[in-house]
Amino acid sequence: MTPLLSVSNLRVGFGRNPLENEVVRGVSFELAAGETLAIVGESGSGKSVTALSINRLVDFGGGKIISGTVNLARTGNSILDLAKADEPVLEKIRGSEIGMIFQEPMTSLNPVLTIGTQIEESFRLHRGLTGKQATAAAKDALDRVRIPDAARRLKYTPNQLSGGMLQRVMIATALACNPRLLIADEPTTALDVTVQAQIMALLAQLKRETGMAMIFITHDIGLVAGIADKVMVMQAGEAVEQGGLGDVLDRPQHPYTRHLLGAVPHFESGRAARSDYVRDQLEMASPALRVDGLTVRFKVAGGVFRRSPGSVHAVENIDFDLMPRETLAIVGESGSGKSTTARAILGLVHPTRGGFATHTGRIADATDPSVQMVFQNPYASLNPRLRVDSILAEPVIAAGGRVNGETRARMAALLKRVGLPENCLERYPHQFSGGQRQRLCIARALMLNPSIVVLDEAVSALDVSVQAKVLELLVDLQREYGLAYLFVSHDMAVVERIAHRIAVLYAGEIVEIGDAASVLSNPQHSYTKRLISAVPSIDRRNQHFELDTRQVPSLVRPPGFEPPVAQWRSFGPDHRARAEV
Amino acid sequence: MLRAIVSHPSGRIGGTIVVIYVVVALLGMFDVTPHNPLQQYRIDRLHSPNASYWMGTDLFGRDVASRLMKGVGQSFFVGFCSVTLATLAGTVLGLTAAWFGKAWDGLVMRIMDVLLAFPAILLALLIIAIAGPGTWTSIAAIAIVYTPIFTRVVRGPALSIKAREFVDAARTFGSSRRYILTRHLLLNLVAPLTVQVTLALAWSLLTEAGLSFLGLGTQPPASSLGLMLADSRNLMETAPWLLIFPALAIMISILGFNLLGDALRDIFDPRTRRSAA
Amino acid sequence: MSYLTRRLSTFPLVMLGVSILVFVAIRMVPGDAITAMLGTEAGLLTPAQREALANYFGIDQPIAVQYWHWLLGVFRGDLGISVTYGKPVLGVILERFPLTLQLALMSMCVALLVGLPAGVFAATRNEKMSDLAVRIFAMIGQSTPNFVVGLLIIYALSAGFGILPTMGEFTPLLVDPLRNLGQMILPAVTLGFAFAASVTRISRSAMLDVLSDDYVRTARSKGVPKRSVIWRHALPNALIPVVTLSGVEFGYLLGGAVLVEQIYALPGLGRLVLDAILQRDYALVQGCVLFIAFNFMVVNLIVDLVYVALDPRIRLGEGG
Repeated sequence: MTPLLSVSNLRVGFGRNPLENEVVRGVSFELAAGETLAIVGESGSGKSVTALSINRLVDFGGGKIISGTVNLARTGNSILDLAKADEPVLEKIRGSEIGMIFQEPMTSLNPVLTIGTQIEESFRLHRGLTGKQATAAAKDALDRVRIPDAARRLKYTPNQLSGGMLQRVMIATALACNPRLLIADEPTTALDVTVQAQIMALLAQLKRETGMAMIFITHDIGLVAGIADKVMVMQAGEAVEQGGLGDVLDRPQHPYTRHLLGAVPHFESGRAARSDYVRDQLEMASPALRVDGLTVRFKVAGGVFRRSPGSVHAVENIDFDLMPRETLAIVGESGSGKSTTARAILGLVHPTRGGFATHTGRIADATDPSVQMVFQNPYASLNPRLRVDSILAEPVIAAGGRVNGETRARMAALLKRVGLPENCLERYPHQFSGGQRQRLCIARALMLNPSIVVLDEAVSALDVSVQAKVLELLVDLQREYGLAYLFVSHDMAVVERIAHRIAVLYAGEIVEIGDAASVLSNPQHSYTKRLISAVPSIDRRNQHFELDTRQVPSLVRPPGFEPPVAQWRSFGPDHRARAEV
Repeated sequence: MLRAIVSHPSGRIGGTIVVIYVVVALLGMFDVTPHNPLQQYRIDRLHSPNASYWMGTDLFGRDVASRLMKGVGQSFFVGFCSVTLATLAGTVLGLTAAWFGKAWDGLVMRIMDVLLAFPAILLALLIIAIAGPGTWTSIAAIAIVYTPIFTRVVRGPALSIKAREFVDAARTFGSSRRYILTRHLLLNLVAPLTVQVTLALAWSLLTEAGLSFLGLGTQPPASSLGLMLADSRNLMETAPWLLIFPALAIMISILGFNLLGDALRDIFDPRTRRSAA
Repeated sequence: MSYLTRRLSTFPLVMLGVSILVFVAIRMVPGDAITAMLGTEAGLLTPAQREALANYFGIDQPIAVQYWHWLLGVFRGDLGISVTYGKPVLGVILERFPLTLQLALMSMCVALLVGLPAGVFAATRNEKMSDLAVRIFAMIGQSTPNFVVGLLIIYALSAGFGILPTMGEFTPLLVDPLRNLGQMILPAVTLGFAFAASVTRISRSAMLDVLSDDYVRTARSKGVPKRSVIWRHALPNALIPVVTLSGVEFGYLLGGAVLVEQIYALPGLGRLVLDAILQRDYALVQGCVLFIAFNFMVVNLIVDLVYVALDPRIRLGEGG
């Protein structure tokens, strides 16, 4: 039997001279009808370009297929080489035989057209439907991706829906004409982990219902286990390993595959939690940081003729303490208030109520040199127009110090310590990679000898293998300088590697807090359970995801609203969760 | 930077034009001209271009080429002075509006809205009506007309830079306001400002020529391109050189600054680099 | 607060600012207020007459009181009396306004009919020869002041074809449409030239931006044909900057095109202001400036309405 898709020796280049700028260097694979192939790789591995070459969207991004064939078996057993097909032929194939969904659902739908119009378009183009028929078909398509209240949602424009909903709309659009192949290019990377689980479940279910084949592109090898039949690992434009799911995950041959599986953090349900620090009662009296009833509310602006409808309760009554040499991870999804908590502790946001104290005394503003912060985006947190020496000097100048030989010596020593070459003092940020920049940010945070470092999604923007190295560095620095870390993250696998304790935030409140191993292996609150079961893992093969369409609750409360006092239940010496009604 | 301009096609052309004009303007300003621009060669009135009078002579027998050089000098003087003033005022207002926000931002931006509610030439006319025509009034008028534009050009990016993480980082260190405003904001505004200065120079040349054309800018007998064009109106059939040369001089100078401005925008903004040509 | 209410709420504020600016500016004219009001004729007055006039016009009162009376007059449509025309200022302005409006509309039509297709065409031919040709033309168009364009057109017509554009007495559109259009077409083309160049440039760059957006890729992945990708998916998203530019330019044109009116001897608003300034007819200057600024603000509001119609994100108050 001929495969649905057979790619052989595909080579793709970019720009005026594609041969010199080759991004995909001879990739071959086959895909049978109904099969799912996962393409795994880091940024720049050529995985997306490979996928875009199949439906030839790569042409519009300045790419050019240098050589190779992309044979698609069409209905009636004719074979078409997509690599040599003309644009009019390709237009007929896209959408009807090959559907595609993309990474950013927020930007992938046309902002000025209603989602109904955008779904109907596929039916008009490939099925010749018009008017009421097209609308009815669009409604069915939305029903199929389990969007409640589909008829009304057809009239919405994309800005009225959340990211997860939009990705469902994208899937509905791509699958409108029942293509036999769906290309999914990192479809869940921009989404929260529980939403990711919903989308994965939906894809798996739709695959079973329609019998379509799928190419699933991801950087997260953990995500592969749940959905793929075959896996192809790409590095620097080449397919370094491919085979059945079990073969690749359990018996990896290529060193890069082993590296991805071994060195990269995977979620292990608490088994990989750190055990190098245990709280003892004596120390408890003098924490590095004590947060007490921290509350941050933002007033919602009213209209000219309207009163303010209330406040966003971004952070509500948060308490915790952080010991020297300890890492407390604050985990939660977007909108949970985790970043606001971090920003409030650094004085970037004014708390509505509550406060915090360090061992040096109360912090009223941002000027306490004993607390420093590392931000999420290493590209935005360094001023592109300042040299590295000026960047490192800034905290010293701000604290009233002078840039003298001693300071310079400290800069050089810290750069060496975080693994950067010493001669980089005279360079500008754009001359560094993302991982190196994050190391620079860490060095900058250490310039003033802080006792507490707040890390706000500090490794989230990095490639997975770089993530692992930066995490290692953070652990070493913690031991060496006796630092306390407040580690804010959405990524459970990363948190498991660095946290001693975990606080789970949901809708602005802590719902569960305790030692990492206990929380991760034995979650008690329903949200924590949901969060942890949503984390992809290489252990969970072809798992049957439960479909769950719950939405994050609104945080806007009417004026004068006070949440009820929380009731806590204990589950072990250092593990408690909020009681649920 | 220079290398980037030279390797950019429109930067190369625009840069060359601007450099030539600056040389001509300086020569004109310091009276290094083929003839005395005020000297009236009575026998050679309305003489067509020849070896002695490269661009012919006007109704009074004055050498057009010399007057043109003088005029370019005058236009550039007005242009540079007014744009410098507008840049300084706009930067200070835009930067402080973005940084302090709230009432100050509202006040500054509403005043700028008021100024922007007038067509540029009308606002300039109004100012000249108050202060009387002349070189310095033109400079002040053009500076006031372009201040709101610079204020907006600075305020927009300043607001977005203010929200960037490196400014947050600076605040967590407790860096002083002065340090943040100069090292973080202003330094990152150099690029958009440079582009805007170049483009504003083109506009100011245009406005200056328009004002002089109406008789409200540079006053005779001093020469300016706008005045020369106004004088050519009734003579264009008998002495087309009176029209053609000043017209080309204005067009090419504005073209030069526009090309250079475009090139700078491309160079500074990696996103638009693809539209380089 | 939604985008539109926010914009609406600043409108009266800015108008108030404009009126104060105009009022104060006129009173900053060197010389006393009677001269400012009556122009050169004031020289013939006796001191007693002056005093009587000052009392009559209320200019012996504090400036704030004067402003208040003037503002009340403005609300009643009373902008004062023009000395040069001996008529109410508002009447003089409204006589001139139809021409200015017609000229502005015609120039905008020229600009959009030429500029938009040219810009879209160039964007889809990015980096090809035809793109380059359009861009060079647009660059030259944008770099040529409109009075230079006007002079060159007149010169080309007279030197090349021996014809002079119909100067003569201006004929309103409703009196003799053909003759009127004959008089207006050259000024409209003159003004439309640079305007079209700007529209070309901005629509080209907006289209280029939009064509690299994710949703355009999505449309292509659905098999939407090229023509439909451009006109249906990309263009509506690229229109916002074009609308902004056209609105601002149109608003300014409503203030009269002094230079072009001067060249073609058209009795529009621009020349009215210029003459008023040269004649020192300050009531007229004041009235014109206020009228023009008001028009500009109204056009801006219309532009905002168009935004809202174009982009649902702005409707919900995310833009701004």
